[in-house]
Amino acid sequence: MRQDQTRAHPWMPNSVPAAKDAMLAAIGANSIEQLFAQIPEDHRFRGTFDLPPALPSEVELKKHLLKTLGKNRSCEENLSFLGAGIYQHHVPAIVDEVAGRSEFLTSVWGTPMSDHGRNQAWFEFCSQLGELVGMEFVGLPVYSWGCAAGNAARMAARITGRRRLLVPASMDPERLAVVRQYCEPVQMASHIAVETVAFDPRTGLLDLDDLAAKLADDVAGVYFETPGFLGTIESRGAEIAAAAKRHGAVTIVGVDPISLGILAPPSDYGADIVVGTIQTLGAHMNCGGGAGGFIASRDEEAYAREYPTLNVSITGTSVPGEVGFGLCLAHQSSYGMREEGKDWTGNSVYLTAIASAVYMSLMGPEGFREIGELIIQRAHYAAKRVAEVPGVEVVFSNGFFKEFVVRFDGTGKSVAQVNEALMAKGIFGGKDISADFPALGQAALYCITEIHGQAEIDRLVDALKEAVR
Amino acid sequence: MSTPREVTQARWNEPVVMEMGVPGRRGAVFPAAEAEVAAAVGEASSLVPAAMRRRAKPALPEMSEPDVLRHYLHLSQEVLGMMNISLFGTCTMKYNSRLSEQISLRPQMADMHPYQDPRTLQGILEIVHEFDLILRQLSGMDQFVFQAAGGAHAAYTQTAVTRGYFAAKGELEQRNQIITTIQAHPCNPATAATSGFEVITLMLEENGYPSIEALKAALSNRTAALMLNNPDDMGIYNPQIKEWVRLAKEAGALAFYDHANFNGVMSKIRARDLGFDACMFMLHKTFGGPKGGGGPATGAYGCSAELAPFLPKPVVVKDEASGLYDLDYDREMSVGKVREFFGNLHIVMRAYAWARAMGAEGIAEASDISVLANNYMEKRLLAVDGVTKSHPHLDEYRLEMTRYSLEKLKEETGIGVAELSARMVDFGVDAPWLAHEPWLVPEPFTPEAGEMWSKEDIDTWCDVIAQIAKEARENTDHVKAAPHNAAIHAIDGSALDDPARWATTWRAYLKKHGAQARRAAG
Repeated sequence: MRQDQTRAHPWMPNSVPAAKDAMLAAIGANSIEQLFAQIPEDHRFRGTFDLPPALPSEVELKKHLLKTLGKNRSCEENLSFLGAGIYQHHVPAIVDEVAGRSEFLTSVWGTPMSDHGRNQAWFEFCSQLGELVGMEFVGLPVYSWGCAAGNAARMAARITGRRRLLVPASMDPERLAVVRQYCEPVQMASHIAVETVAFDPRTGLLDLDDLAAKLADDVAGVYFETPGFLGTIESRGAEIAAAAKRHGAVTIVGVDPISLGILAPPSDYGADIVVGTIQTLGAHMNCGGGAGGFIASRDEEAYAREYPTLNVSITGTSVPGEVGFGLCLAHQSSYGMREEGKDWTGNSVYLTAIASAVYMSLMGPEGFREIGELIIQRAHYAAKRVAEVPGVEVVFSNGFFKEFVVRFDGTGKSVAQVNEALMAKGIFGGKDISADFPALGQAALYCITEIHGQAEIDRLVDALKEAVR
Repeated sequence: MSTPREVTQARWNEPVVMEMGVPGRRGAVFPAAEAEVAAAVGEASSLVPAAMRRRAKPALPEMSEPDVLRHYLHLSQEVLGMMNISLFGTCTMKYNSRLSEQISLRPQMADMHPYQDPRTLQGILEIVHEFDLILRQLSGMDQFVFQAAGGAHAAYTQTAVTRGYFAAKGELEQRNQIITTIQAHPCNPATAATSGFEVITLMLEENGYPSIEALKAALSNRTAALMLNNPDDMGIYNPQIKEWVRLAKEAGALAFYDHANFNGVMSKIRARDLGFDACMFMLHKTFGGPKGGGGPATGAYGCSAELAPFLPKPVVVKDEASGLYDLDYDREMSVGKVREFFGNLHIVMRAYAWARAMGAEGIAEASDISVLANNYMEKRLLAVDGVTKSHPHLDEYRLEMTRYSLEKLKEETGIGVAELSARMVDFGVDAPWLAHEPWLVPEPFTPEAGEMWSKEDIDTWCDVIAQIAKEARENTDHVKAAPHNAAIHAIDGSALDDPARWATTWRAYLKKHGAQARRAAG
């Protein structure tokens, strides 16, 4: 009981004594304590909780939250060149307006009729993403790109009955760690061995000789990304997919869909399963909480029947001409089959799917083309300008989309030192990847998006010149 | 009872967005690259390797900004959500503070990058740490992490930690079984299996939970962990749970408490006090984060000091001397990652705000009210002819949920939970949770009153059930044809598992249904 019994809590209508008394009277109980009789006394916690004081007043709570969050330094008030899996793209205002609508925000799991609008928005997410990646079967999103890659690896293992996965050695170590988790440690009987394929140190592209050496008829899947973690566009996707196919392996391609207005859809070069992020399609970074992933493939039964996602299909209703949407292939999920289901299914990032649907509807084919062109031009401009800084080198200076690797060895400074100097000027430098990729030296991954104009890039270059002096 | 009002949901007959728009219309435009930029790098197409250039434009709609907005506003109006009363059991429907929604869009939350220098993340790391301390109080555990993006993902985290723990002891190959119960959420056996464990599922007995004997028979030196919830979704608390945990640990296994049903016991018990090694809380349920139709969510995973070295990394730590927060990646025994970065921190912020608004006394009161309201609702629902509850011989007060059955009504009238759910919508009341597979009770439904719905709301909800039960006897066909007032009529489920007809995208729909599809949807 709250001590302050005279005042109801704003979020608890039944905290007024009259409501409690009426309900107690109706059930014939004398006290609320009586209702917990199922719990044995020696299970009960009878101490007091050392919690900070309650802030039931919104004015006080707001002040506290803003004061605490005010200790953050955001990428809005600073100039950030961080990417590496979470990206600062512009989020159109109406994306927030729609995703913030109480109906979408509070929906849980009603009937296909009472949830109709949400289910349609989900179908529109899948439909539009399907157009971008060139695939006909798209599931509702999973937690992240890495989780999607992990699920796809397991799909490939089930489809082929094999237990080896090849991935690029240039892969994001963070994402690779997730994939390794999904593929299980070696002690487990169902372990999928994850092996890295070298990349060409001159181009950042997959080393096709090493791929050929490792590909065999026991490989379940070959995974590669374009653009890859080091920013490069994998220009030989068709050759990689063809090699995988020759050995009966599934080709899994990871993409950042915001590049697909100018880059070929993975279906064009032989992808069997496409995975990637949806964070770039209208989700805020949220300190990493903006992450979201997707899985797509051709609409073939062998693939569709291995999806661990929730899947929404268009269908008819009892009224001719009317359409509705329902869960398809629901029984193969863990909700239908528990441990026999495909991996597991649960809450994911389904509200982000609605944000992404709005984003893609706004962009249209021309929006995606324009943003792709703008980003790739400005990123190359940034790389050229950064390379003018004495001692600074851009490692893979051709064939990248929005990220590129900058090496500082020639300056005698570490990335940490450079970033410290940049931070003093309100600039967040690129992610330090020197520990993860020692062969690249003192290297940082810089990211350029549509929010970085020439002026911001020039400001970075000026600051870098001072930082390496 | 009083006769509930019928409500008509918006019915926009909104086309699918793929058939909307006019060629050339734009919803978002971007500037051309600056002249100096373009001069320095040339045409964009020259920067893309020839083999990787997109040849055909994606067939996306071409719409103006206001048209996109209006389309999705229409769709939002065709979602009931919590626009009225939704007592969706096992999910703990809770008020989602709109203050938190506003704050989540501030740049100090929305425009934060996970790889920023931790010195620039002090505000959000403080919130994570402070919320960790709150959960430690409520559970007795020693450390929480928030990397899991949902409750099932936290269960997966448990299976990963279990692997790490036994691998370090050299026992992982031997301990390859996980024991759960048929009333544990499907994510427990599913994540155990995904992690490579064999699953043993204990069935319920007379008292509504499995017997100690069944547990003993299942436990062995092959057992890695016990994964269960308590109370279960029927509101039944297993009073032998301490003994269960003791037996599991005696067998050398870990014990994991899935706190999906925490609302009824929060502040009343603590997982660690009962002996559990780890537990998880769903911040999008018990702690006021929005459902969002199913995330972004957070499974807060907490464990004992003994298991803490195996937690996914990084872990937020505070240096007491300087008062500064940091991200600790240097954790040799860590099982690594279950997802990139370190969690849905915008959801953690909301949960922290909820816990602060409630305080210790408010949290205890919320638990009290949710259990009181459930028992009040039970009294009212069992007065409806055709409604019974699971394990009717167990006449103690249930906790925050009770599982009901419409078996009697179905036998007598043909109206079961599917028809009930559809007809409820006509009263502006969304369908309740039924039960996880397999249904242990015929025609089950599982409402949860929680603390945010007023007594009047609960009365209305019960009135709707009573009204439909009455209609089932007096006007059966009207119930069978429901919903009458929803955004659309009852869907045709026959296509959903038919490979020749299912379509999860518009392009699949056009391929399979051709011109007919366009006409039907238009």
